[in-house]
Amino acid sequence: MTASTGTTGTTGGHDRTGRADKLMTADEVVGRLRSGMTIGIGGWGSRRKPMALVRALLRSDVTDLTVVSYGGPDVGMLAAAGRIRRLVGAFVTLDSIPLEPHFRAARQRGALAMTEVDEAMFMWGLHAAANRLPFLPVRAGLGSDVMRVNPELRTVTSPYEDGETFVAMPALRLDAALVHMNRADRRGNGQYLGPDPYFDDLFCEAADRAYVSCERLVDGFGPDVTPQSLLIKRHVVTGVVEAPLGADFTSCVPDYARDEAFQKLYASTPWAEFAERFLPPGGDEKQYRSAVQAWHEEQK
Amino acid sequence: MTEGTGTTAQAVTRAEYCVIACADAWRNDGEVLASPMGLVPGIGARLARRTFAPDLLLTDGEATLVGPDGAAEGWLPYRQHLTFVTGGRRHVMMGASQLDRFGNQNISCIGDWERPDRQLLGVRGAPVNTLNNPVSYWVPRHSRRVFVEKVDMISGVGYDSAAAAGPSATRYHRIPRVVTNLAVLDFETPDRAMRIASVHPGVTVDEVQEATGFTLALPEGGEVPDTRAPTAEELRLIRDVVDPRALREREVRSV
Repeated sequence: MTASTGTTGTTGGHDRTGRADKLMTADEVVGRLRSGMTIGIGGWGSRRKPMALVRALLRSDVTDLTVVSYGGPDVGMLAAAGRIRRLVGAFVTLDSIPLEPHFRAARQRGALAMTEVDEAMFMWGLHAAANRLPFLPVRAGLGSDVMRVNPELRTVTSPYEDGETFVAMPALRLDAALVHMNRADRRGNGQYLGPDPYFDDLFCEAADRAYVSCERLVDGFGPDVTPQSLLIKRHVVTGVVEAPLGADFTSCVPDYARDEAFQKLYASTPWAEFAERFLPPGGDEKQYRSAVQAWHEEQK
Repeated sequence: MTEGTGTTAQAVTRAEYCVIACADAWRNDGEVLASPMGLVPGIGARLARRTFAPDLLLTDGEATLVGPDGAAEGWLPYRQHLTFVTGGRRHVMMGASQLDRFGNQNISCIGDWERPDRQLLGVRGAPVNTLNNPVSYWVPRHSRRVFVEKVDMISGVGYDSAAAAGPSATRYHRIPRVVTNLAVLDFETPDRAMRIASVHPGVTVDEVQEATGFTLALPEGGEVPDTRAPTAEELRLIRDVVDPRALREREVRSV
């Protein structure tokens, strides 16, 4: 079943028993985003990124974004297309290719403002937002140039005998979160099947609205489900998108591994050329998939 | 590339000295997570666990803790990895695009941070690592480009920066060693400035100093020892078990 043939298919609608039905298309998700928003993107580096949602974003005119991400090609593509005003993050990498070329280029031409924080600071910023706290104390950051390049960061002193001073990592509250799961139901329960949940539940909890794309939509998870795999709870989810290969070319194990050959092409092709072939104006996800497939055929 | 396949009395290669020098970083660490970043440190950590540091924990590079035979013994997703870091039961060996005299490290960018000449990875976990658990470094090509007077962006915190930031920064801060293709360096000096602890056989102290953009301290008495040689058993394990394809020789070329 695809999003476009959903039986109820009514965005924000309810099924016969009155339960919320959150199924929507990637374009409908992007239709709810606005320029200038702060958007969190789940996954990690080049791993289980919500790439179908990012591609839909690239087809829209939403821009001037503050992106909060453990960055990979999501950041690279949006930066290449000039959609990011500010990036909040600790790194951007393609994993098997350590340096993300489009992110690098954007930074080197002065096109990308950054709030550069440490990986742990980032995580505690999401925890603070999810727990509706203004900040959480972290040791990380002290003594490093993270303090120099973020002059707005403040410290906090322990009221107990230790009297230690920590960085007060501010909450990373998000207008919207975009994440990709292996499975989800129409109500917004999301399941990961790989070895690492990354921080996708936190992104959803830190956001005013969370949108979950999934490899496969399921009616329910059945009696044999491993409950620990049910990462995302429906109460924080606004929309669910069925998007097979929706993390591609990043990894989405066990459904598929990273498409290393295509990632290499992405990393070595000037953005304009890449976008013209794979993300042309007026195109959609289906066209993207055929273009990628055609490219793979050529390589044989 | 063929000398890595046998256990006969072939000369110890430079890469093999590097493996030994990396492995020794985890000596006496006990039951902690070894986080080697890079090929030679990875071989070193696995060698250490097979010999003198059997209680080390190691991952498969993803989210699983694995034993020497590759079998899973635990789950370690990123979020729990960060607790290993802040709980202090970890010793990481990171790379470094720049390193200075007091151990400040940079992997973020080269040039002005606002608009870098070369954007690199970003600070990653270097700030949290250096303030919470022992952090060693691996530099496969020792040069003045890496060993600079001042780093452009302090990602990993050095001894002077930690001291300036106060007791919360120094409390768990420690940089046990820096291993390069030429030498082992440490900070065992009164002012915590970088010192040559040993040179790999065939390397002179002058060569190390020449490849370094600041003056290195020497051990008391001025005599710099050689990096220790691997035992016959260690050499066998490196060549036949841990790195039978001799990938180490690609990262550190013999001279």
